[in-house]
Amino acid sequence: MFKEKPPPEEERKVRANDREYNEKFQYANNCIMTSKYNIITFLPVNLFEQFQEVANTYFLFLLILQLIPQISSLSWFTTIVPLVLVLSITAVKDATDDYFRHKSDNQVNNRQSQVLINGTLQNEKWMNVRVGDIIRLENNQFVAADLLLLSSSEPHGLCYIETAELDGETNMKVRQSLPVTSELGDPNSLAQFDGEVICEPPNNKLDRFCGTLYWRENKYGLSNQNMLLRGCVLRNTESCYGLVIFAGPDTKLMQNSGRTKFKRTSIDRLMNTLVLWIFGFLVCMGVILAIGNAVWEKEVGFLFQSYLPWDPPVDNFLFSAFLAFWSYVIILNTVVPISLYVSVEVIRLGHSYFINWDRRMFCQRRNTPAEARTTTLNEELGQVEYIFSDKTGTLTQNIMTFNKCSINGHAYGEVIDTLGAQPKRAQRLDFSFNPLADRDFCFYDQNLLDSVKLGEPAVHEFFRLLSLCHTVMSEEKSEGELMYKAQSPDEGALVTAARNFGFVFRSRTPSTVTVQELGRSVTYALLAILDFNNIRKRMSVIVRNPEGKIRLYCKGADTLLFERLHPCNHDLMNVTSDHLNEYAADGLRTLVLAYRDLSEQQWEDWAERRRSAERAADYREDRLAAAYEEIEQDMMLLGATAIEDKLQEGVPETIAILSLANIKIWVLTGDKQETAVNIGYSCKMLTDDMSEVFIINGHTVQRVREELRRARERMIESARSREGGKEGVMDWAACSLENGFGGQSGEQGGWHPQQEEKPQQGSPPAPALPSLLDSISGEYALVISGHSLAHALEADMEREFLDTACACKAVICCRVTPLQKALVVELVKKHKKAVTLAIGDGANDVSMIKTAHIGVGISGQEGIQAVLASDYSFSQFRFLQRLLLVHGRWSYLRMCRFLCYFFYKNFAFTMVHFWFGFFCGFSAQTVYDQYFITLYNIVYTSLPVLAMGIFDQDVPEQRSLEYPKLYEPGQLNLLFNKREFFICIAQGIYTSVVLFCVPYGVLSQATRNDGIPLADYQTFAVTVATSLVIVVSVQIALDTGYWTAINHFFVWGSLGAYFTILFAMHSNILFSIFPNQFHFFGSAQNTLIQPVVWLTIALATVVCIVPVLAFRFLKLDLKPQLSDTVRYTQLVRQKKRKPGGRGGRGAHGGVAGLGGGALGRLGRAGSRRSGYAFAHQEGFGELITSGKNMRLSSLALATFASRHSASWIDTLRKKKQQPPQPGGEGSPASSYTAPLSTSSSMLGPPDTQAEETGNTPLGLAPSGSSSAVTPTPVRSPGGESTGGWVVSLGAVQVTPTASAPVSGLTSRISFHV
Amino acid sequence: MMASSYSAKEEDGHHSGAPGPGGVNAKSRKPDNTAFKQQRLPAWQPILTAGTVLPAFFIIGLLFIPIGIGLYVTSNNIKEYEIDYTGVDMSSPCFNCSQNYSWNSTKPCTCSVAFSLDQPFESNVFMYYGLSNYYQNHRRYVKSRDDSQLNGNLNSLKDPSKECEPYRTNDGLPIAPCGAIANSLFNDTLELYYNDPNGTKIPIRLVKTGIAWWTDKHVKFRNPVGDGSNLSAVFQGTTKPVNWQKYVYQLDTDPDNNGFINEDLIVWMRTAALPTFRKLYRIIEKQGDATPTLPRGNYTLLITYNYPVRSFEGRKRMILSTISWMGGKNPFLGIAYITVGSVCFFLGVVLLIIHHKYGSRSNNADIAS
Repeated sequence: MFKEKPPPEEERKVRANDREYNEKFQYANNCIMTSKYNIITFLPVNLFEQFQEVANTYFLFLLILQLIPQISSLSWFTTIVPLVLVLSITAVKDATDDYFRHKSDNQVNNRQSQVLINGTLQNEKWMNVRVGDIIRLENNQFVAADLLLLSSSEPHGLCYIETAELDGETNMKVRQSLPVTSELGDPNSLAQFDGEVICEPPNNKLDRFCGTLYWRENKYGLSNQNMLLRGCVLRNTESCYGLVIFAGPDTKLMQNSGRTKFKRTSIDRLMNTLVLWIFGFLVCMGVILAIGNAVWEKEVGFLFQSYLPWDPPVDNFLFSAFLAFWSYVIILNTVVPISLYVSVEVIRLGHSYFINWDRRMFCQRRNTPAEARTTTLNEELGQVEYIFSDKTGTLTQNIMTFNKCSINGHAYGEVIDTLGAQPKRAQRLDFSFNPLADRDFCFYDQNLLDSVKLGEPAVHEFFRLLSLCHTVMSEEKSEGELMYKAQSPDEGALVTAARNFGFVFRSRTPSTVTVQELGRSVTYALLAILDFNNIRKRMSVIVRNPEGKIRLYCKGADTLLFERLHPCNHDLMNVTSDHLNEYAADGLRTLVLAYRDLSEQQWEDWAERRRSAERAADYREDRLAAAYEEIEQDMMLLGATAIEDKLQEGVPETIAILSLANIKIWVLTGDKQETAVNIGYSCKMLTDDMSEVFIINGHTVQRVREELRRARERMIESARSREGGKEGVMDWAACSLENGFGGQSGEQGGWHPQQEEKPQQGSPPAPALPSLLDSISGEYALVISGHSLAHALEADMEREFLDTACACKAVICCRVTPLQKALVVELVKKHKKAVTLAIGDGANDVSMIKTAHIGVGISGQEGIQAVLASDYSFSQFRFLQRLLLVHGRWSYLRMCRFLCYFFYKNFAFTMVHFWFGFFCGFSAQTVYDQYFITLYNIVYTSLPVLAMGIFDQDVPEQRSLEYPKLYEPGQLNLLFNKREFFICIAQGIYTSVVLFCVPYGVLSQATRNDGIPLADYQTFAVTVATSLVIVVSVQIALDTGYWTAINHFFVWGSLGAYFTILFAMHSNILFSIFPNQFHFFGSAQNTLIQPVVWLTIALATVVCIVPVLAFRFLKLDLKPQLSDTVRYTQLVRQKKRKPGGRGGRGAHGGVAGLGGGALGRLGRAGSRRSGYAFAHQEGFGELITSGKNMRLSSLALATFASRHSASWIDTLRKKKQQPPQPGGEGSPASSYTAPLSTSSSMLGPPDTQAEETGNTPLGLAPSGSSSAVTPTPVRSPGGESTGGWVVSLGAVQVTPTASAPVSGLTSRISFHV
Repeated sequence: MMASSYSAKEEDGHHSGAPGPGGVNAKSRKPDNTAFKQQRLPAWQPILTAGTVLPAFFIIGLLFIPIGIGLYVTSNNIKEYEIDYTGVDMSSPCFNCSQNYSWNSTKPCTCSVAFSLDQPFESNVFMYYGLSNYYQNHRRYVKSRDDSQLNGNLNSLKDPSKECEPYRTNDGLPIAPCGAIANSLFNDTLELYYNDPNGTKIPIRLVKTGIAWWTDKHVKFRNPVGDGSNLSAVFQGTTKPVNWQKYVYQLDTDPDNNGFINEDLIVWMRTAALPTFRKLYRIIEKQGDATPTLPRGNYTLLITYNYPVRSFEGRKRMILSTISWMGGKNPFLGIAYITVGSVCFFLGVVLLIIHHKYGSRSNNADIAS
């Protein structure tokens, strides 16, 4: 394990089929090991690790001290029992974890692969594969190591891989072998292959490889296109051969997987600090008492020797003081009780179980409950400030559905009842007339089908376009069983829509497309594909129909297409534009469709120009683009499509509620910018109310820096102008200035009918939702792309980036690599002392999940990598609100209350010894019986505080969702911090003083009623111990906010247990067996029978509790926390509640109305965004026309299909884009920024905001918003729980929350929820 | 060592494994809908409101003040008389005796202190000796005993616990009773005489039993049971503690008060919690209803002064006290109760005023309305 590492490789030389040669370099073999222990090393290594914990070492040290008789002031068992308990629990846990790692390693290492050895293929385990071996892979097999693709069964040495395990993308990628090696098809010729590869050393760059193959005196350059990386799965390829370049730990996959770090919560760290402080405090007390001992031994003890001689080794007072120091360290060690750590773990475990058990985090569809995979982070869930979310599969389901369309000015689409929360959907359309229809396709508007059947030419042309203009490939396994393979799910959705409406794309060749048009098979000649790219934002095909007419079909982004329409389309364009606005407002991805008839002449001319452009040696791309541009003119508008990138259920609501809780949400996605922004809008992260959305898209350091700076300036500027303006006038001016700017550029596409509408829509309801969040910085959003992020994350700019980003309400990072995701998280973690949470579902999120304080995995479709790496997993993004606002909040609250109480009770317990030291000659005599000391933390006081730590609730769960502001104390770390800690300590010390002084004052004089003095040691001990137990029980009773039967049982049970054990320990029976162990025989009976003792206990209790009570009452009365107010409100509501009366409606009505209204409004705000449904890269068009990929293995596809039979769209994933063409980076940004940065007018006058926030103690505006905004139903993507959020909030306030009778005016009110 | 996320992917149908809505094949993993698991246990949710806290303060106040007054009055009615007979002053009658520092002086030193009681002591009177600056609660002192030996265990009698060191053995013989506590047994003898107005000194009968806890006397301390009834035979083979003048079986003539069950020994063995303490020495029983137990007048305390305390600046006192239902004189308790009660009441008033003037609760009830 600790092998000496060879010096880092500079370059790697691998010779194929030559193990001897390769062994010289000692490359790592293909065996991976992620486990930490084996059977022999487990005990020592684990113990070693455990004793690295300061606390454990400390207790071990104490244990050793206790074995020295001169020092031992306590019996050894007071320490060893809990210590052994703690160590063994942890060891068992570690062993289980490691066992599973072993199992997983074994499974991976023992996978079979076919290795070419001496010219024959032999089965070998993965771990026996060496660098330089040639291995054969078959379809759907995992790639065993990083391979150089030599040849494949497909033509041209192509093969397809799925890289989901590696980067989370489930679309297929093409890899191609070098032409020279692609001919080596059979094992014999491969066995002869003796090429040598010289390449870069192992690294973690997934998208880069550089090396050279030397073979037969020739040099061939190698790139990532030739590599198959470990973790990929071979798809659609019968078999292929590869040369192992990197194996085992050197593979890019393993290089990319970060170390698993043990995550600690901030409370953990604080706790450790505090424990250190307490330890310091302990030493101080020890020193004080040791000095006391020295003085006492010198002044008194020395003289007292005739009665009490010094123990033999002690011959002077200094030595005695030295021993006393250690003795006191032992007896005062209970200020840091070891049971603290055990109890914390138990509480966290309990909270984890509550998460696992939560039915509201159970996903019926997937049959998966939420799972707390790490049990140590729960309270941190209550402190989250930043959420980093993946997009695909997390926010979205990655299912594209053809949702609406506008054909020739007529809108078709979903029929939703706009008033009710429950959309009454029309019947799903019946496509049974079409034998080729995809059964999973849903559409609800009968009109469209009718139009198709009636033969409306525009509708037919519309669907014909959809069936022709794409790069989808089809596979027909058997008659009528069509399988589409699209690079982007959007395209798949469009082609499928056309298919279901009777225009079935059946097959293609490089030069033809065959479509089944309403049952009639038509073959079009495919003349050209004008492929999509990032700048063009459109694609066209030019086809010749059987009649010989040439037509260009184009689909693309509205802004670009509208410019290229024939002027006669003006009216239609206005109508379509209206529709597009509607779609965009709903967050749909839109495409505009158009066609153009071409004459034979036009086509010939243009084809000639294109050919010359293609032949051009330089600026080929530009020339081609220009040529394309030329032909895509004067088009006729057909209509528009709207595709829904289906959000996960309840995503917008969750995001809204989380941002109300002051949690910042950053989306980190591998998607391209447009898609990401679109989703940002549809899930309400970005809204049209935002002052500005900054797009950072620069490719150079200067550029990025400049853009960041500009964004900051803008924010400061507008903040300043807003501050400056006393009335809304100034502010209004500033805003409208901005608005004007944004608006103008937004109009670049021209003809926005909403132009007039905008200010009117923007201004009145402005101060509703957003103003409450962060009225100073306004509402900004930042969109940054991967290449800019790479610059922004450099050391000199990261601060700048972070400051800018953190000033924004929403941040979207698009096209980021897995590593960048982690870096962004790391950055926030490093500079903001905030708790971060990363949520994702794919393997590409693993690094981020591991880096963040809390990693949440969506147990979705993308495999289990993210879940395995995560701390919490569930299957729906919306469960996050419950995880954070309910479970996290409670966990934090409970943990804080627990810790406060725990430190309090131990100080109260232990400090009595300190005071007693002054009266017992600093001799480290304990005040209590040793059994009491042993049992105090384990038995007498542990269960009530555990019950509180596990079950306590300050406000019911519905309230925490209703008032997201309740989450804030956690983020600000208000409930347990150093200040709170000192208060607890002070209270504990005060209690200890009272517990010592009151019995001292009373008992020193008192006698029993039979004349015997009460001031004997044992009576004193019993009195103090009993007072202590009662005081801390009363205190826990005060601290407990939620008295379940279990709390009652534990509190009363602990008291009962105390008295039972007390009498048992002081009983006849035990004494008669072990007279030397139970010195306290009879004390309980003799003491507790005395009225004076009880009067003393009562006095001590009252003196301890009354100040606390008064203090708490004052705090509650004068400065109530939000949670107190909510709790109180609940109480008041209980009192006022009349049958049918809606006592507490106001607040909830307000909140619900506000929420619903806000969301509704956000949804309706009508600025235009061009969302369009291209999400793929260019390049497939070329493949199609070249015909390279036309032979798809039917076998491959069949298996592929069966695996994904549930929903074929699932498998069609976006393709991560290559970096766009150089020279074009500016234009997407600018053309995009413009429409986004529109309506700043939503900000509204600031004084209104202040007023709104001021008059409501909850910080939520209950009024105004509901009147200004009519609640609009939230469009629910999931359908089944539509508008669930709004409804549930509404339901809360109407539903009577209690059934308990009101029990009078003044007396306590008990109620049940 | 790299730990990684990489692990075997479930190749067999992880994707298809998720059942559809109608999937009846898989057992539902839906958590149980129990109040406990869903955290919906019925609960009492107390809250500190003016309606509950303020009355509590007043009730505590109203309860504590009368109790305090009762305790104070009771305590004041108890008569107590205390004499310091250490003999620190030259003028003190016991000065000479106190000069004698040694434990083992063969010749007993006696001195007598005269005092007078201004008021008669009714009912039983309890006589205590008090020691000051005497650390019976010192750790080494407290543990220096062998309860097993004192409980009559023969093995422990012959082989006392190591805790007794250095008073475990003497001249090779085990010490009975062993340990520092027993070794330092208080051995002054106090006698009380009533100086009759006519000049005669009437000795007052001092009862020396019933001064220890019943459980100590009858359970915790037991003489070892030997061959015969003769205690000295039982203790054969042991020696007396170093500082003692006589053997443990010579403490008293009464067999029920001899050996380990000698009540003076038992009282001493019940160590005090604080360095200033008193221990019950004798009881003066009430003779009859007619006369007070200790009538008003002059008394003489005759001390056989054996116990040296001046070496460590200790003090010795003799205390006479009557007793009530709540024990002896204890003004602290009464005063404390009165104080705490008053403070509570006062706090209640202050909080009431604060609540009425500044309480923010009342005016934000609009949350609810």
